[in-house]
Amino acid sequence: MKEIAGNTIISSLSAQFEAFEKQLNGQSKSAVHQVRKAAMAQLQTAGLPAARDEEYKFTNLTKALAKNIDFDQATPAFNLTPEAIKEVQVTGLDAYKLVFLNGKYSEELSDTISVEGLTVLPFQAALKDKQDVVEQYFGKKADLESDPFIAMNTAFSMNGVFIEVADKVVVDKPIVLYFVGDSSAAKLSYQIRNLVVAGKFAEATVIEKFDTIGDNESFTNVVNEFSVDHNANVRYFKIENDSDQAYHVSNTHASQEGSSTFTANTIALNGAMVRNNLNIRLDGEGCESHMNGLYVLKGKTHVDNHTVVDHVKPNSYSNELYKGIMDDKSRGVFNGKIFVRQDAQKTNAFQSNKNVLLSDNATINTKPQLEIWADDVKCSHGCTTGQLDQDALFYLQARGILKDKARAILLKAFASDVLENIDNKAIKDYLEAIITERLEA
Amino acid sequence: MSNDDQILEEFTSKEYEFGWTVDLEADEAPKGLNEDIVRFISAKKDEPEWLLEWRLDAFRKWKEMKEPTWPNVHYPKIDYQDIKYYSAPKKGAAPKSLDEVDPELIATFEKLGISLTEQKRLTGVAVDAVIDSVSVATTFKDTLAELGIIFCSFSEAVKDHPELIRKHMGSVVPISDNYFAALNSAVFSDGSFAYIPKGVRCPMELSTYFRINAANTGQFERTLIVAEEGSYVSYLEGCTAPQRDENQLHAAVVEIKAAANAEVKYSTVQNWFPGDKDGKGGIYNFVTKRGICEGDHSKISWTQVETGSAVTWKYPSCILKGDYSVGEFYSVAVTNNYQQADTGTKMIHIGKNTKSRIVSKGISAGKSQNSYRGQVQVMKRAENARNHSQCDSLLMGDQCGAHTFPYIDIENKSAQVEHEATTSKIGEDQIFYCQQRGIDEESAVALIVNGYAKEVLKQLPMEFAVEAQKLLALTLEGSVG
Repeated sequence: MKEIAGNTIISSLSAQFEAFEKQLNGQSKSAVHQVRKAAMAQLQTAGLPAARDEEYKFTNLTKALAKNIDFDQATPAFNLTPEAIKEVQVTGLDAYKLVFLNGKYSEELSDTISVEGLTVLPFQAALKDKQDVVEQYFGKKADLESDPFIAMNTAFSMNGVFIEVADKVVVDKPIVLYFVGDSSAAKLSYQIRNLVVAGKFAEATVIEKFDTIGDNESFTNVVNEFSVDHNANVRYFKIENDSDQAYHVSNTHASQEGSSTFTANTIALNGAMVRNNLNIRLDGEGCESHMNGLYVLKGKTHVDNHTVVDHVKPNSYSNELYKGIMDDKSRGVFNGKIFVRQDAQKTNAFQSNKNVLLSDNATINTKPQLEIWADDVKCSHGCTTGQLDQDALFYLQARGILKDKARAILLKAFASDVLENIDNKAIKDYLEAIITERLEA
Repeated sequence: MSNDDQILEEFTSKEYEFGWTVDLEADEAPKGLNEDIVRFISAKKDEPEWLLEWRLDAFRKWKEMKEPTWPNVHYPKIDYQDIKYYSAPKKGAAPKSLDEVDPELIATFEKLGISLTEQKRLTGVAVDAVIDSVSVATTFKDTLAELGIIFCSFSEAVKDHPELIRKHMGSVVPISDNYFAALNSAVFSDGSFAYIPKGVRCPMELSTYFRINAANTGQFERTLIVAEEGSYVSYLEGCTAPQRDENQLHAAVVEIKAAANAEVKYSTVQNWFPGDKDGKGGIYNFVTKRGICEGDHSKISWTQVETGSAVTWKYPSCILKGDYSVGEFYSVAVTNNYQQADTGTKMIHIGKNTKSRIVSKGISAGKSQNSYRGQVQVMKRAENARNHSQCDSLLMGDQCGAHTFPYIDIENKSAQVEHEATTSKIGEDQIFYCQQRGIDEESAVALIVNGYAKEVLKQLPMEFAVEAQKLLALTLEGSVG
């Protein structure tokens, strides 16, 4: 067998997979489990990203995980108080709430949702109750071979949420998912698999928030699959403000049918190493996609955002705006790909990535990538990196504003481009408060 | 069939106009590559022992290296044992005047429109003509010699100025830099060497015209330009190659060194055989070009017009080591039919207050793929580095592709780096506007494309600008509506 990256991790996972299969009993023959088996096989042959892997060039997760995470160990018990869980929640957010503790669904802390046309189930329950729908969509958008962490997640997919919105149903409130981890006693690692299926003309908002409490290292691996049918409108938020020892990987794959709209807001504020893959496939005519991203980093936080927008059919529009502020020894990585396939004539695709470095030890690696095979398109990308405008800083100082305060004002203004695009007031206020506090410190 | 399609058809079926073969009596090495071939080349060229060792060292490193697969180009695997690595036009004593030059060779140049006599008399350009790897005629040497400028073939330089060659060769592109650079270092046949002494401004454009001539011969040129403190030189490189069915390999290395306050301007027009309209034949062009701004306030500027070759892999780069040094890259890359180009630049900011500028204009037509791949790197101690990159793509027809891969890596907070890219086609409204004013469609396209590429073309020295514009017009006339 050829030497693959992350050997030790994979052998631990292989052993876990055997144990996992044993406790499945009757379910091991199901279609879903066949996908899991294929995923495990893929992981065993391809391995984790190697040190020189182009997609993980600046983010050596394999090495970091091998060093910091114990994959042999079972998930530790969750011992946090209800108050601690409450603390990480967004205040004033009117939403349907689901809470996951160390990856496991907590019925006690979650709301009971009864809205006509809306099905929200823990993933495990959906495997039984909604088997046909799960089988139809599971593993279809997130390609096993495209990313080793998708393969890893798929092999163990058991925890997470299944959301189905029936045709023409508009969900009145956002659905918020709180993933709370307790790493105070031991190292923690868990995986989450979410599946969201929105029917024709349906509308829904899904919010994910990740928090780990405790001083030990933690690892979360999340895969989200969104299927957005004709004329549907789906908004997705991801708020990641994890502990300094948190390693986090997420893969979000959305596929849009004609005239649908999909909006992704990805906010990364803290963690040890965070990798977000966001892939949107515009698989119908007249689709609209919006991607907003913000990363405000300090300490040694390393945040890597990889986005792919794949225009497959004509007359679609995509707009992407990612902004970052890097301080101390933090590192920001951005890689935005836009593909415009041969059929996708009359595509309009825009991408912008703007960064501010506040320290000489901070680093930014950015790669805005355009690949175009259709001629009648309008595509552009822009990317800037710089420091604060000294003239603007002077202007404010000249008017009696202290330098630190002036700096915070300018940085907040820089970040506000992204925050302005967030149409949920509670979330916007919540993020603004964190960022203001961060910048004024 | 619409008028557009008709014009497109006409254009895409156009044969390569500069295609022919001249039968020169070649002095060739057998096919294949091993240590003996490296020794054969070295012996043939009467090289000193140290250079042979250098070549062998490169060859050993090359054997351990793997051909890169990351460029966005696809071509059949090259059999490196099926290539002749040395082929020289027959020669007696080194020619002192044009009379001694093979008349057939003169005819070749005349066909290309760069007759040596004419060049010599009218344009004042010193031409170091390279036919199949060996320099056969050098002009204006005497004028340059008076100023202390050395401009000669690489092999002559090895004989006459070994200390300079030994000092500078491989110092910008080390032998193990990459697969093709290592190959070149092992088997390079000839090339050009230019040395500009301290404080001298070279009074004329230095120019080399390359031609690939004998069948199945890889051409491995090596160029070294050394500009001492406060000097200036503008260097031109231009190429056309005869039509041929088998793919030919070209792996050149160009090294530039600029000392404090020196300025080097390097311009290329490349029009090698791109393959016919079915993608058959054509040159593989895998080139390593790199310059280093060693001293403060030095400047290196690359300008390239790429219209030829079936596959191009080329990234002229600048290492901005001296404080206040400047790097520039201007490029127009045109691909048509089945051509593939993966080209761009690297700007590595090391010194303080360094500046770089990148302007890349890609034009793809037919079934071609055109990629820009560039890197801007600002190192930790490079205070106040400044970069602006612009890479635009123009697509003609719905079968071609334009790709942009810019890498931007910044480790200093005072850096100001901007990158912008757009992709579009020629607007129907633009064509309509021209037509309305009595300009026919074909001229309108030429006008718009020339305007699109003007930012780059205007960087070319006069002698080249004309040829480049002709080439652009020739390659693109009437290719879209």
